[in-house]
Amino acid sequence: MNSESKKIVLDPLIDNNPIGLQILGICSALAVTTNLGTALVMSLALTSVTAFSNLSISMIRNHVPSAIRIIVQMTIIASLVIVVDQVLKAYVYDLSKQLSVFVGLIITNCIVMGRAEAFAMKNPPGVSFLDGIGNGLGYSVVLIFVGVFRELFGSGKLFGIEILSTVNEGGWYVPNGLMLLPPSAFFIIGLMIWGIRAMRPVQVEEPDFKIKDVNGTEVA
Amino acid sequence: MPSENQEKKVSSMNFLALSNDSTAKTFIMAILVCLVCAIFVSVSAVALKPLQILNKELDKKKNILQVAGLYQEGTDIEAAFSKIEIKLIDLATGEYTTELDAAKYDERKAARDPALNVKIPKAKDLGNIRMRPKVMPVYQVKEGDKVTQLILPVNGYGLWSTLYGFLAVEADGQTIVGLSYYEHAETPGLGGEVDNPNWKKLWSGKKVYGTDGNVAIEVVKGSVVRGSRGEEYKVDGLAGATLTSRGVSNMLQYWMGEEGYQKYLTKIQANGV
Repeated sequence: MNSESKKIVLDPLIDNNPIGLQILGICSALAVTTNLGTALVMSLALTSVTAFSNLSISMIRNHVPSAIRIIVQMTIIASLVIVVDQVLKAYVYDLSKQLSVFVGLIITNCIVMGRAEAFAMKNPPGVSFLDGIGNGLGYSVVLIFVGVFRELFGSGKLFGIEILSTVNEGGWYVPNGLMLLPPSAFFIIGLMIWGIRAMRPVQVEEPDFKIKDVNGTEVA
Repeated sequence: MPSENQEKKVSSMNFLALSNDSTAKTFIMAILVCLVCAIFVSVSAVALKPLQILNKELDKKKNILQVAGLYQEGTDIEAAFSKIEIKLIDLATGEYTTELDAAKYDERKAARDPALNVKIPKAKDLGNIRMRPKVMPVYQVKEGDKVTQLILPVNGYGLWSTLYGFLAVEADGQTIVGLSYYEHAETPGLGGEVDNPNWKKLWSGKKVYGTDGNVAIEVVKGSVVRGSRGEEYKVDGLAGATLTSRGVSNMLQYWMGEEGYQKYLTKIQANGV
C-alpha cells in the first residue's frame, strides 16, 4: 500500500475521525454500544456499507445528473443497507435481533452520505473504496471504545463473558445502570473527544465569537 | 444483425455522451439506478429467505426448550424438540382443534389476522394487547407417552414494549415450571432483568390458581417473605421495574384466566391430558 492510500485509510481513525472531529453518526453510536457484540457487528455493517456505497457511487460519478445526485446516492446506500440487514438476519440472527432497527437506520447515518457526497463524487473508485473503509474504521474505533466502557461498567461483562462479577449474580460489583442508558454514551464520547483534542491541539476549534472587552480588560 | 448491434452500441454511447443535466439523461440514469438496485435487493432477499425462516423457527424452538428446561448450550435443537408435540386449542371452548395445521400455525400472525383473531373487550384486556388469536398452540413435552409439561405462549405490555414469552406448567395445569421471554424491549438492567436466570428460577414450583379457582399468581413489589401466607402464588418483583413487573402479573392474569387457557386447563385437570 503506498503512502497516500495508507493516509486515506488511517487518517479517519484519530486525526480526522468522523465521530470525534466531524461529530457525524452519533445517533447509532448511542444506541448500539450497550454491549461489545452489537457494537462490533454494527461497525462491520457500517464499514461495508460505506466502502461499497463509495465504490459504486464513484464508479458512476461522471454520469450522475447533479439534479438528482442525492437521491441516486440514497438509492444505492439504501439498497446496500437492506442487503446487509438481510445477510445479518440470515447468518447472525441473535445479534440482528438485538440491533433491530439500527441496521436499517444506517441509511440515515451521516457518515455514509457524507463520504459519498464529499469524497466518492470527486474521486476514482479505488481511493473512494479505501476512504469508505477508513471512515468505517474510524466509526468502529469509537463504537468499540464506547462499547467496552459501557458493557464492562454497565453489566460487568465483555462480549457477554463475565469480567466483574455483579451483585445480581452473587459477586461484589454493583453495575452502573447509567452506563446502559444512551446518555452515558454521550458522556463517554464527550470525554473521548476532549482526550483526542488534548493530544491533538490542531483539532481544537476556534470559538465562534469571543467575549469582548469589559472595562478595558479581556475576560478569559 | 451486425448492423443492428452496431446501432445499439452507438445509441448507448450517445446516452453516455449526453450532457449530465439533460432531461433525457436524468430520466435514464434514474431508471437505470433503480433497476439495478431493485434487482440487487430482490435477488439477495429471495436467496437468503430460506435461511432466515430457518433461523426464526430455530429461535422459537430454542426458547420453548429453554423454558421447559431442556436446553443447554450446544443441545441439538431439532433432536430435543422431537420430544415436543404441538397441539392447537380453541380458547373459547378449551377443546383441541385440528382445523389448522399445528406445525405451521403462527399465533403472532393469527393475532393480526381478522379471520383468526378476536378483539378483547377493553375491561378484560389486562395484557393490553387488544387482539388475541381464537386458537393458540400448546407445546406438550412428552416423556415416553406421558405428557409431563405444557408450554403456553403468553404476551402482554410491560413498560416500553410487548413482551412475548412462554409459561411452562406441569401436566396438572397448576404448578409452574418456568417463565421465559424471547422478545421484549424493556430497559436493560431494570425491566430487562426478566431475562435474569436468577429471577427466572423463582418461578419454578409456584402455583397458578388459588383455592377459589381464580388466577392467583402475581409478581409482588419487593421480595416475598419466606413462609408467609400465599407464598406459592407470589414472585419477587424486579427492583426498579414496577411497570414491567406489573405487566408480567397482568399478562398471566389474562392468559391463565377465562379469556385464555383456563377452560383448557380445567378440562385437563378433570380428564387428564
